[in-house]
This record gives sequence, structure tokens and C-alpha cells, in this order.
Amino acid sequence: MKKLILTTAALALSAGMALAGSHGQTVRLGTEGAYAPWNFINDKGEVDGFERELGDELCKRAELTCEWVTNEWDSIIPNLVSGNYDVIIAGMSITDEREEVIDFTQAYTPPDPSIYISLDEGLDVEKAVIAAQSTTIQAAFIAEKGWQLIEFATAEETVAAVRNGEADAVLADEAYLKPFEGQDGLVVLERTEMIGGGVGLGLRESDTELKEKLNAAIQSMKDDGSLNELIVKWEVASTW
Amino acid sequence: MFDFCTDPDTLGTFQWFACYLTTGKHMGMYWSVLTVLVLLAITAPAALLFGFFGARAARSRILPLSWLGKGYIAITRGVPDIAFFMFFVIALDQMFEYARHKIKCPDWTEPVRQGNDFIVCTQAKLPLGNSPQWVHETYGFFLAVLTFAIVFGAFTANVLYGAMRAVPRAQMETAEAYGMSRRQAFWRVLVPQMWVYAIPGLGNLWMILIKATPLLFLLGVEDIVYWAKDLGETKHARFTDYPHGDWRIWYFLALLVFYLAFTWVSEKFIARLTRRLSHGQATLGGDAQRKATA
Repeated sequence: MKKLILTTAALALSAGMALAGSHGQTVRLGTEGAYAPWNFINDKGEVDGFERELGDELCKRAELTCEWVTNEWDSIIPNLVSGNYDVIIAGMSITDEREEVIDFTQAYTPPDPSIYISLDEGLDVEKAVIAAQSTTIQAAFIAEKGWQLIEFATAEETVAAVRNGEADAVLADEAYLKPFEGQDGLVVLERTEMIGGGVGLGLRESDTELKEKLNAAIQSMKDDGSLNELIVKWEVASTW
Repeated sequence: MFDFCTDPDTLGTFQWFACYLTTGKHMGMYWSVLTVLVLLAITAPAALLFGFFGARAARSRILPLSWLGKGYIAITRGVPDIAFFMFFVIALDQMFEYARHKIKCPDWTEPVRQGNDFIVCTQAKLPLGNSPQWVHETYGFFLAVLTFAIVFGAFTANVLYGAMRAVPRAQMETAEAYGMSRRQAFWRVLVPQMWVYAIPGLGNLWMILIKATPLLFLLGVEDIVYWAKDLGETKHARFTDYPHGDWRIWYFLALLVFYLAFTWVSEKFIARLTRRLSHGQATLGGDAQRKATA
């Protein structure tokens, strides 16, 4: 058993050496791939959406080679911290709680209200069962208010829960929920919630150099208006 | 895939599905079936190997070795799979990286752990930050195989440990009477006979292993269940040429059929193996075979 581990370690070591020094710095971008229009997997099986275009443009401006990786939302922060990828670009809102574990660049979309979607137009959300994706700002918000909350691992499941009557409404980003409006009688409620501090890129706290580069790239996209163009194109948020 | 797929909105049902089921994304799912099969093909023998050494260690007369074997079995069997997968893969990965870090960057002064971050020098990263995606995927796959082998090895070790003890004592005594050494008796008498006692337990483990493959996604390997979930999710016309509602139930139905078919074939195979191994054995099954031919 020990021998097996030793040989495999040696193998991995030599394989690593052979590959070393072939080209410059590569930055791995981690995303969820299940939150259209922010990020999703397109028909070809590639990462697509607002953040795909944004990420590629930022990498171009910061002169980095970037690779896309998908990771489940639940474990997206632990895997960043342990170094499986270098940047989280997954529609992640900047919150104090997350700031304790990772760092954020400046926001690339402004703070936007979250909306409810439900089968019942006159629903009183304070007395209803609300579905939200786990470890999102929306789930934290409902928990804090003390309303009834059901959490799901993916955003899709939250909408399914409303369809089958398990929950009365879903609270999520407007851009994600809007396309569901009108499907099977789903309606957007009038009430909205102003939560979150805008969406930014998540980085390890020690990666200050990379953070500066990306911050500069985001700023240049804000300055020349190309960021607003992207936001409008994908209808993800309000513009700067 | 097909030429007529350029404008899916105009297609009839049959062609639409022909196009839909051959998109790049679906190809990803078909590939993942292969990934799972390859993983099983590598993991099963690896786990058997781990189990065999584990059982031998547990039976050893050298006390520390026996403790090691028994400790491995007890600890690994006692920890929930999902916790083991979360913890072990990260720990393994960091262990490899730390070893490389020590070798490659001896004059690195900063601590490896800085708050929440685990930082080794860039040359020590595994795989290297600048290596292509397939290297990362292969490395993840390799970690998955190793973890599966360790976890299932512990269960296998316990099964084999029991099987080794189930071989009738008279067989071993006869071997000793013939003047065989302990080693000879082990390899020539015990090992060939123990399988018939091990097969039911090993068969169970194989079935569980087949069904445990969705744990792969925890390790970043995209398996069938991940794709079924992703493909089944609601697709809006804005983001795809093939919009559809919540189709997860159909994808999971397909998965159900796949797993049932797979385990059914496995059961048939295990039944055949049991019959073969019972031949000439002093067990009920072996005795029934003897009477049938007599």
C-alpha cells in the first residue's frame, strides 16, 4: 500500500517536472455553469453567458491566459481556497461573510434587487414558504428575517419546488428568474428585496497581485463603457 | 452533428430529437459514461489490492502491522463516504503539494498556511497552474481513483479477512502435515479457497461501488448524474437552440435504466463466478454440484 502511494507520488512528481516551464501564467476561472444568463453550459458543452464574455475580456486586458472550470456552488469557495482554481466568477455577491474567507475585486455589476417568483400573485411572502439556493445572499436574507426557508443546492431546484407546490415562492436574482415568468403560470411578485453589494470576482486573500490586475481590467471596462454593453446584452443587471 | 440541424425550430419531432441528442453537451454526457466505466475498471482491482494487503496486515503476527491493518479497516469503514471524500481528496492533494514544495522550493520562507489559504510555490502546484485542462482533469480522476480504492479497499479488506478465516482449519492442517511452510500454505491452500467465501461480500461491494460513482462530482470529475441534472434543467430559448422545460425526470429515468441494466449484468456475472468457484469446495454450493453430477 505504501509502495503504491510512493510510486504514484513519484510518478506525479516526474509528470509535473516534464510539464514545467512550457508557458506563462495561466489563471483558472471557476464558475458554476448553472445560472443563466450569468453563466451556463451551452449546447456545445462550453461555459457561456455574461461571465464567460466578461472573463475572457478581463483576461485579455490583464494579459493573462485563462481556463474555465466548473464547480458545484456548494463547494465553490473551499475549492478556491485550496487552490483548485484561482478566481471565482459565478455571479457571487460581495458580502461581509464571504469577505472573511476570500477577497473580492471591485464589483462588476451594481447591487440589484432580488425578486420573487410564485404561482400566486397576491402572496404574502412573510407568511409563505420561500425557496432559495443554499449559501446565497437570498437564503441568508430569508433566514435572517426568520421566514420559512427551504434551501436547494441548485437554482433550478428552487423553481421546481414552486412548480410542485413544495414552496410558495423563490427569491433569486432578477436576471435568473425573469425568463421563467409566464411558464406554467409563474408570476413575478411586486415586492423586491434590496440585498447584496454587487457582484465581484472572488480570489484567495493571498493573491493580491492578481487582484490588482483584475481590478484594473474591470476599471478599464467600466471607463470605456464596454462593461455596460455586456450587461445590457445579457440583461443581467442594471448598468453603471 | 447532422446537416439539417442548422435551424432546430423548423424540424419535426424526430429530427429535432436526433439533433438535440447529439449536441456537444450530450456528447459530454456520453463521454462521462465512459469515464465512469473506466473509473470502475481501474478502481475495482485497485480496491481489491488494497483490501488484500489490508487483510494480510490485519492477520499478521507482527503486532504493529496487525494494528495498522485493523486500524485502516476500522477508521475507513467508520467514516461516512461523503466526509471521507471531502476531507481526503483535499488532504491528499495538499500532501502531494507540500512534499513537492519541500523538495522544489527549499528556500521559501513564508508559511504554507496563511489564514484560510494553502499556498505552495508555483513550481510545486499539482498540476502546475499553467498545464492544460486535460492534465487537471486527469489528476482529478487519479485522485478519485485513489480515494475510491482506499475507501472500498477497507471494506474489501474486511470481507477478505473474514473469508480467510472461513477456510476450514482442516485444510490448513493438511497443508502443514504435507510440510508446507506458512507462506506456501497461504498461497497454495488458503488463497485459492477463500474466494468462494468472499464472493457474496465482494459482489455487494461491487454493486455499491457502481452506485457510488456520483460522488465523483465532489471531486470535480463530471459524471453521468451531473450531466443528467444539467441537461434536464429548464432551458430558455435565449440561451439554447433547443429550449425545453424541466426534463430532469426523463434524464434520471434514463440513469435508472442504465444503472439497473449495469447491476443486472453484474449480478449474472457474479452468479456464474460463484458457481465456478464452488466447484469441489466443502460448502453447500459445492456439495450440491457434486451430487448433481454424481
